[in-house]
Amino acid sequence: MNEKKILSIKTIVAIGIGAAVFLVLGRFAAIPTGVPNTEIQTAYAFLALMAVLYGPVAGAAIGFIGHTLKDVTAYGMPWFSWIIASAVVGLIMGLAWKKLHVSEGVFGKKEMITFNIYQIIANLIAWGLVAPTLDIVIYAEPLDKLYLQGSVAGISNIITVGVLGTALLYAYAKTRTKKGSLDKE
Amino acid sequence: MSQTMLGYIKQDSPIHYLTGATKLICLLLFSFASMLTYDTRLLAIILIFSIVMFKVSKIQFKDVAFVVYFILVFLLLNNIAIFLFSPYEGVKIYGMRTDLFKLVGPYTVTVEQLFYQFNITLKYLSIIPMALLFMVATHPSEFAASLNRIGVSYKGAYAVAIALRYIPDVQRDYHDIAFAQQARGIDMSKKEKLSKRIKNITAILLPLIFSSLDRIETISCAMELRAFGNNKKRTWYSARPFKKGDYIAIGVATAFLVVAFLMMIKNGGRFYNPFL
Amino acid sequence: MKKPVIEFKDFNFQYNAQAKPTLKHINLTIYEGEKVLIVGPSGSGKSTLSNCINGLVPFYYEGEITGSLLINGKETKNSSIFELSNEVGTVLQDPDGQFIGLTVAEDIAFKLENDCVPQEEMKERVRKASKLVEIDNQLESAPHSLSGGQKQRVNLAGVMIGDVNILLFDEPLASLDPATGKTAIELIDELQKKTGKTIIIIEHRLEDVLHQEVDRIIVMDEGTIISDTSTEELLGQSLLKDTGIREPLYITALKYAGCRVISEMKPQRIHTLQVESCKDQLVTWYADQSKELIEEKAEVILEFDKVSFGYNPQKEILKDISFKVYKGEMLSIVGKNGAGKSTLSKLVCGFFKPTKGRILFEGKDMIEDTIKERAQKIGMVMQNPNQMISQNMIFDEVALGLRVRGIGEEEVTKRVNETLKVCGLYPFRNWPISALSFGQKKRVTIAAILVLRPEMLILDEPTAGQDFKHYTEIMEFLKGLNQQGMTIIMITHDMHLMLEYTDRAIVVSEGQKVADDLTTYILTDEETINKAYLKKTSLYELALKVGIDEPRAFVKCFIDYDRRMRL
Repeated sequence: MNEKKILSIKTIVAIGIGAAVFLVLGRFAAIPTGVPNTEIQTAYAFLALMAVLYGPVAGAAIGFIGHTLKDVTAYGMPWFSWIIASAVVGLIMGLAWKKLHVSEGVFGKKEMITFNIYQIIANLIAWGLVAPTLDIVIYAEPLDKLYLQGSVAGISNIITVGVLGTALLYAYAKTRTKKGSLDKE
Repeated sequence: MSQTMLGYIKQDSPIHYLTGATKLICLLLFSFASMLTYDTRLLAIILIFSIVMFKVSKIQFKDVAFVVYFILVFLLLNNIAIFLFSPYEGVKIYGMRTDLFKLVGPYTVTVEQLFYQFNITLKYLSIIPMALLFMVATHPSEFAASLNRIGVSYKGAYAVAIALRYIPDVQRDYHDIAFAQQARGIDMSKKEKLSKRIKNITAILLPLIFSSLDRIETISCAMELRAFGNNKKRTWYSARPFKKGDYIAIGVATAFLVVAFLMMIKNGGRFYNPFL
Repeated sequence: MKKPVIEFKDFNFQYNAQAKPTLKHINLTIYEGEKVLIVGPSGSGKSTLSNCINGLVPFYYEGEITGSLLINGKETKNSSIFELSNEVGTVLQDPDGQFIGLTVAEDIAFKLENDCVPQEEMKERVRKASKLVEIDNQLESAPHSLSGGQKQRVNLAGVMIGDVNILLFDEPLASLDPATGKTAIELIDELQKKTGKTIIIIEHRLEDVLHQEVDRIIVMDEGTIISDTSTEELLGQSLLKDTGIREPLYITALKYAGCRVISEMKPQRIHTLQVESCKDQLVTWYADQSKELIEEKAEVILEFDKVSFGYNPQKEILKDISFKVYKGEMLSIVGKNGAGKSTLSKLVCGFFKPTKGRILFEGKDMIEDTIKERAQKIGMVMQNPNQMISQNMIFDEVALGLRVRGIGEEEVTKRVNETLKVCGLYPFRNWPISALSFGQKKRVTIAAILVLRPEMLILDEPTAGQDFKHYTEIMEFLKGLNQQGMTIIMITHDMHLMLEYTDRAIVVSEGQKVADDLTTYILTDEETINKAYLKKTSLYELALKVGIDEPRAFVKCFIDYDRRMRL
């Protein structure tokens, strides 16, 4: 994707549609793990794909808007600390955008490792640092509880994005391989 | 559909007459105020004020009941978790300990802890009526225009409008795809093992992603063809001008935030300590 | 002297991602106030041509242009999409993708908002534009409460509001049912007469567009213009048939009967057609065709027994529906969008349970069967293959349903290969699906269902958006399956498909069954046609015109003959 402007029309639309998909996945496609209050949030695997395809601005915005809409439509109120954490995840994963060329069909071992390094850092910062810190500042809840919540969310998201996100990117890259060289049959 | 979504409910009320921008600003100001303060008295006033506003809006409680029950359950669980993790957080904060009765092991219920948890609950609760009100009393059309008015770039604001516009379409896509895959025997229900369900869900995710990427393509074209992004600014069909009521509402909300600040200075911190 | 508004001069275009040019040596001039129809099979370059006119090529889809294209005397290469958007208004194929606003009024105003028009003026202009397309009583409605036809009207108002002189319609009929399509064509015609704008329509459903007169028809094939002439002229030639575009059915019938179609006959529409000179030939041809035997009814495979369904008891989506499907039958279920057709298939597959009545499969009530169990007996194929495909390779996609059932890899390979052979996909088994055409993808999705060895198939709009060639390909494939004994139900509003491939149709309207009869009867019955948003077939009218006693039998006779001729 060689976009000239930071906010091209395509990026804006990608943010809008991305946020809508994030919400729908968050509400309908979360798989309970059996451990109470922890779910496999497929929405974050999708967020990873969008961030890698459209860059950090789109990643952050999809995380922010998607999560806010999900919160307000489901709980009637936004949970800002976690919303900002989602934006941070999208932002940091989006930084891998320049390094990866998934839309040209390149996603081999090396790229998978790069992607996973980014996503692990992103999740660690977001759920290990950003979310609990904001929770303390805003709600002054006990530290232990927040860090435990944060690490459960962080670890489950690292696994989700690591497994599902990598799989999605791989599958997406595969569909892009032969393009450009295809002649009319 | 088993899960319902919160959406705009049409009513004839002073709250509905306020512009979307005003409601958004007020919600933000109130959120800041209630996030900032732990002063029980102020939180209680905010809660009462929000409930009154809710009444004024003529929105029926039953329309939002499902969300409220959900939140109450969440708050209960949250309270239990806090107690389990840190039974003496209140003691730490208020610097006193008044035991009520002993539970098991290291857990003793104290007045301070109860008061602390009461405050947390109040804090969460105080903003809920306002947030709900914002959701059900703001027409989605007005939302993007409002964001733009409070300083968000119109392109960013429009991204939100697109999200709101296409949620139903994406939701329909999702259900259609899930239907097609399940009709092929790909099981998503709890009957399958977890690892298998994760694998199976990609059978829904990938088609959804591809159809969404196609959608992005079509919408981008349509917007290009109708000159979106051509100018530095844009006008909004559904924007409404500010009236007296809007200024009053913002004034009141600002006052609450100022009071929250003042109370913080007076209390010498975010907590109000009645035990002193 | 007429003023040229669009001038292609030795124009060529090649997309950056393609190995060969898509448009070759285009020379075409369109004059102010003309109404031009561009037809061609898929891949002929007609969509690219339209994208050149509105500026998507080369500003959105990049590529190399040689030669010249002037719009209102200005070279487009040196222009921009924004500038062109003030000259050309485009109504895209997908009415949902183009409906960007949250309400009708906002969407119509979209262009004005972007041009920073003040709100007062905007409201006035929206009011006028919405009145023009008769959607002014729906201004506050959200898109999901509108029908496809209404959305298209909004799209149209949204481009008209910019005061453009050229209106470009990219396959305006693709997502509409026949009756709504007819109204859309009438609306376009009326607008042109009222406003005098230049109109360009790109479509492959020729007969439907010709419901109203057009000035010229341009035929494209392989990236070049192969014909540019009047309707009368074109219909007399065999060019359409040769390029794989479907002629109006009555024209085909005349040709089968050996009549020469000449412009003096005014062949552009069935109503204007003067058939006197051909009368005898047609009657003789009809008499020569032997009547087909009425097929024996086999055993019942699926039965709806007084089935009702609703999410809540007050609002029933389906009311007291009863019908039978016979083994080995090919049947269509028709009705306008929202009539309850898709609910019907969801009931069969077990996503919903009937609130009243029973659904029987081979005489057994299915109430206790799970979705997965039913999937073993009844295969469901969605309209859009992209909504079903989740694997990269054809083999894996077809194997998916078996693998999730835990069947051993050896057996999987055997069954997948078998199915791929049946579907003519075996040579491609190791291809990535992304390299396939839409029609081939559709075939993959059918194969993915067939591999489960169901006894019955339900297909939702199997040929939507396909040109004649692909349509024939898909349908002949299904017919072949049917001849091998597969029971097939198709949910559709394509009248050709109903007529040509199914003997019987069930019509659903407002949640009720309103007809269950031979397709030739249904498509000639005024009342049913209106209820199901269909259109009377022109063959019927042709038969009436030449005074054939049994016009329905004539329709049937034509269809059978035509299918034999096409194979």
